[in-house]
Amino acid sequence: MSNRTHLLVPAEGERRRKIRSTLWLGLCGLSAVVVILPLLSIFLYVVQKGAAGLSLSFFTELPKPVGEPGGGMGNAVVGTLTLIGIASAIGLPIGILSGVYIAEVGRGKFADWIRFFAEVLSGVPSITIGVFVYALVVVPMKHFSAFAGGVSLAIIMIPTVTRTTEELLRMVPPHLREASLALGVPEWKTSLFVVLRTAAPGIATGIMLAVARIAGETAPLLFTAFNNRFLSTRVDQPIASLPVQILTYATSPYQDWQQQAWTGALVLVVVILVLNLLARLGTRTRIGAKS
Amino acid sequence: MTTSSDTQVAPKPVSAPAPPDASDIRTGGAHLGDRVFKIGTGAFGALVLALPFVMIVMLYSASRPSIAKFGPAFLTGTTWDPVREEFGALPFIWGTVVSSIIALVIAVPVSLGVAIFLSELCPQKLRRPLGFLVELLAAIPSVVYGFWGVFVLVPWLRDSVEPALIRWFGFLPLFRGQPLGFGMLAAGLVLAIMIVPTIASISREVLRAVPDTQREAAIGLGATPWDTIRRAVLPSARSGIVGAVILGLNRALGETMAVTMVIGNRPKISTSLLDPSYTMASVIANEFTEADKDIYISALSQIGLLLFGVALIMNLVARWLVANVRKRSAGKAS
Repeated sequence: MSNRTHLLVPAEGERRRKIRSTLWLGLCGLSAVVVILPLLSIFLYVVQKGAAGLSLSFFTELPKPVGEPGGGMGNAVVGTLTLIGIASAIGLPIGILSGVYIAEVGRGKFADWIRFFAEVLSGVPSITIGVFVYALVVVPMKHFSAFAGGVSLAIIMIPTVTRTTEELLRMVPPHLREASLALGVPEWKTSLFVVLRTAAPGIATGIMLAVARIAGETAPLLFTAFNNRFLSTRVDQPIASLPVQILTYATSPYQDWQQQAWTGALVLVVVILVLNLLARLGTRTRIGAKS
Repeated sequence: MTTSSDTQVAPKPVSAPAPPDASDIRTGGAHLGDRVFKIGTGAFGALVLALPFVMIVMLYSASRPSIAKFGPAFLTGTTWDPVREEFGALPFIWGTVVSSIIALVIAVPVSLGVAIFLSELCPQKLRRPLGFLVELLAAIPSVVYGFWGVFVLVPWLRDSVEPALIRWFGFLPLFRGQPLGFGMLAAGLVLAIMIVPTIASISREVLRAVPDTQREAAIGLGATPWDTIRRAVLPSARSGIVGAVILGLNRALGETMAVTMVIGNRPKISTSLLDPSYTMASVIANEFTEADKDIYISALSQIGLLLFGVALIMNLVARWLVANVRKRSAGKAS
């Protein structure tokens, strides 16, 4: 009985405790708002400034010399696509197959070490990767090249792809594999055509995110892919890319170049946003289907 | 193959006592294809494993001339004069460290607030979109951050924030000088924005990993929502949060483009946050293509090696801390 009355009468400091609680929780909510502000500001600016320069010629034309109106970033758009292509051609097989190895084939110490070093790799600053690829590819080739740029982007991509592949392969229900093995299908076929195939949509999502990530990378391209004022898809030549072109134009003193840079930034941000959204929607429907 | 593969693949012994050599189903020795598959995928795995080592070796050999010439003085020298071939990296180390500290001071409380909000307070409906927005912050390319910094953040700092700081806090050595906009403060702010998603999303995961029983116990004892978080949730998540912070710091140290665009790029050590500075990553980005002498390239490579070393160590410590929390809470939950 005495206990109950004790509960009914607010203890000393009770009000203070409640106020303090509300205050701190309010601060937490506020920080969520604060974090969204720069995001909004960036989106607003990029859209507002960039939309003005958006036209078909932006994607098709080459940069014009300073002072001449018009021109576009056709070279950079093609360049970025080429670089992504090269990076995927190198990075995807390595990433996916090493992920398959970790999840499916090897489960011992060796696989643990691979997983561990993939994580180490993902923490390496991208500029350092640029320096590394410069020593590895550019110096022996004696000049900058799209290939070198692709290699550095591939190195950035690999750890993400490896990890996603591994995680998604582990999510595949074991009875699928068991059923396949019980039918006498060899292990490698089971791994590739049953397990990997089941996980494929999820892995594709992971790959989209990895592509979104490398599409915006600038630092490792500065002294690997370098830049190119002309349209080029040659693997052994320097190549333009959207981020590097944005950097060059953004830091230039010319108004129309800065305008182009804003438009470039808009294109880049929209592409990355769409890739992220698609990935997000993909994940949601998959999870929804499962539960 | 091994016992661990047994537990992964073989059906749980509930259904039927598995024959002792059930694991032979997947030994892979029977088919030639299996052996090829194992060796093939293993080779790709080995490639991933080898990459960091190759990186260290290449970076080291590229920076050998510089290491041989300057020795440890490279780390303490304050003169960076490519013409006279005098290379001291201290101004860059200073710039990197100080800008990262500013970023942490701003980003850690905010990220923790966001993480707590997302994991403990946020209405279920808001949770996904808000989490997505925070993740988007990580997806924006660094060059776009820099561009935005130059045209929005820097003018704002120059015209409103820095004059006010000088007026009110000008007596501190931290806020002496001219309101230039470009400088350490701008770099720290941009970095803070960029590392919030890293710290917030990992902290949120760590907070989610704290078993609900702990929250229920605290609430049952009459704790306010904040006291529950403060005394029942945060302590268990502490080392994981530290890990998240270190991963954020790691990102700040290696971040290049955005910082390069707003920090002002002047290799001088100054106590004032309003002064231009220079970071390790920025100097590589700015000067690598212009480096005309071998020793110059070598000195820049050595800075790259330093960055790699620091990133490696912090990464290892952070992952160890985060993994610890997960393991511990998993143990508790079961």
